[in-house]
Amino acid sequence: MIKYLLKKEFKQIIRNPFLPKMIFMFPLMVLLVFPWAASYEIKNLNLSVIDNDHSTYSRRLTQTIISSNYFRLTDKSASYNQALKSIESNKADIILEIPQNFEKSIINREPVKVMLSANAVNGMKGGIATTYLSMIIGAFNTTLISELFPEMAGSSSNMIQIDSQYRFNKHLNYQVFMVPALMVMILTLLCGFLPAVSIVFEKELGTMEQINVSPVPKITFILAKLIPFWIIGFIAITIGFTVAWLDYGLIPVGHFYIIYTFAAIYIFAISGMGIVISNFASTLQQAVFIVFFFMMLFIMLSGLYTPVDSMPNWAKWIAAFNPLKHLMIVMRSIYLKGSNFTQLGGELAALLGFAVFFNGLAVLSYRKTN
Amino acid sequence: METVIKVENLTKRFGSFTAVDNISFEVKKGEIFGFLGANGAGKTTAMRMLCGLSLPTEGKGTVAGYDIYTQPELVKKSIGYMSQKFSMYEDLKVWENLELFGGIYGMSDEIIKIKTDELMASLNFEEERDKLVKSLPLGFKQKLAFSVSIFHTPKVVFLDEPTGGVDPITRRRFWEMIYDATARGITVFVTTHYMDEAEYCDRVSIMVDGRIEALDSPKNLKATYKAKNMDEVFQQLARKSKRKAD
Repeated sequence: MIKYLLKKEFKQIIRNPFLPKMIFMFPLMVLLVFPWAASYEIKNLNLSVIDNDHSTYSRRLTQTIISSNYFRLTDKSASYNQALKSIESNKADIILEIPQNFEKSIINREPVKVMLSANAVNGMKGGIATTYLSMIIGAFNTTLISELFPEMAGSSSNMIQIDSQYRFNKHLNYQVFMVPALMVMILTLLCGFLPAVSIVFEKELGTMEQINVSPVPKITFILAKLIPFWIIGFIAITIGFTVAWLDYGLIPVGHFYIIYTFAAIYIFAISGMGIVISNFASTLQQAVFIVFFFMMLFIMLSGLYTPVDSMPNWAKWIAAFNPLKHLMIVMRSIYLKGSNFTQLGGELAALLGFAVFFNGLAVLSYRKTN
Repeated sequence: METVIKVENLTKRFGSFTAVDNISFEVKKGEIFGFLGANGAGKTTAMRMLCGLSLPTEGKGTVAGYDIYTQPELVKKSIGYMSQKFSMYEDLKVWENLELFGGIYGMSDEIIKIKTDELMASLNFEEERDKLVKSLPLGFKQKLAFSVSIFHTPKVVFLDEPTGGVDPITRRRFWEMIYDATARGITVFVTTHYMDEAEYCDRVSIMVDGRIEALDSPKNLKATYKAKNMDEVFQQLARKSKRKAD
């Protein structure tokens, strides 16, 4: 019996004027555009330098900073007040002030202080600019020590004093972090949203009643609704792998079959959730709003942008019941670290749990007789 | 004569509203049983209970020998249903709808194929066979929906206002199809608003405010109510209604 229902589902999907395009375009758009636009990587920071020393070393420091490619020298100011004006007029993001006796102190092995002053209107940008600059100066410091006083090399002494407790994020390659997580988003939106809409749509058309008055077992009907989404999800994620490889040179460190296995369980879970929603909703509008509510909640608490670890405890608890969060951990771990089933055992159990729970509920909440 | 539908004191309440109030009747095999009533009289609710779509609040009923309360899924195997609202899959072709519903009722691929060929020939549907249902005119759609509802040769077919909105010629043709079905031993349970159609039924029940006010053959009803036609019978009974029609 399921054969006939599956045939129907596939024909309906293929004949839909919008769905097949969506299945291909959606992963492409999300992965091609999103990682570039929504990036935390900050480049082209505008630097204003107040060089009070005008010495070889002070010029060398400025040069080192500019050659890092993260900074762009927008102006050289004569005084701090003048530099501050360029911050106010948004010409500069950060000021570096080099004191008068910079070179002299270095040669005399006396500690010297440089001042960094960042525009923190965009707190994130200011913080990152300060960290970058500190690290570049720190590196410059080490170079100087090894040049001038080789006997001190390796010791912890600093000629130029800046607090540099953050590590310079060489891997601030945002795509590596975002692409695997975006694949989760694609699966969620395609395989969570569409099943929710598909049953409610049949309710509105009246075809649902024609099915309910027939002897189709509930499980058969729900399976026929779910199976196409497995295939849709697999197509979408395969497109995702391809884009990640072609566009970002990203290949998972771990195995593809582990990702597909997790994806299969996840699609089952999230489609089941979609079906539960469509069982409770009686109109398309209701279903769409309920799905939106849950999607927003799940995405916010998934760790897509903000790490779950830095959330307050109550939020962590909610996140633990969020299938998205678990698959995001899985995807990032397999892509970046090459984790295997044993290492991801907790996530595997959690996702299986969601799959059983949502699909059990889907079968229970689907009523052929009211 | 074998009894196909047997209903005793069937009641359906939604909260404090009694949609179907204590109705009892029997339908014999091969009969065309007309189920009449004004809008909101409870016809569709009663029919939905008989089809296993809705559970009765009180009372007993069997359809095709199965209890509608405890065996709704078995009832569904032996009935056909055509709803008020057209509910074939519009994005499937004519033959694909037949295949789907045939398959759902457990017909084999060969039988589906043979019966589809037969049906297309008898309906003169050969050209439409490969068309999407949504491209068909309403009259075609209604005929198709009826054909699908009896495709698996059910014991009873429930038709909920099957001829709403179609022209007199198509209605006429539709009733010929209903007679053909009864000739094949299918019992027909039909609701309608058209009083000329009521005359085509073997027996007619008239529902007013959830109760069955009259149940007999059209001829006897006309005699009892001293009416020229079924329309007058209906007018006399429906006037008693206290319920507001929607």
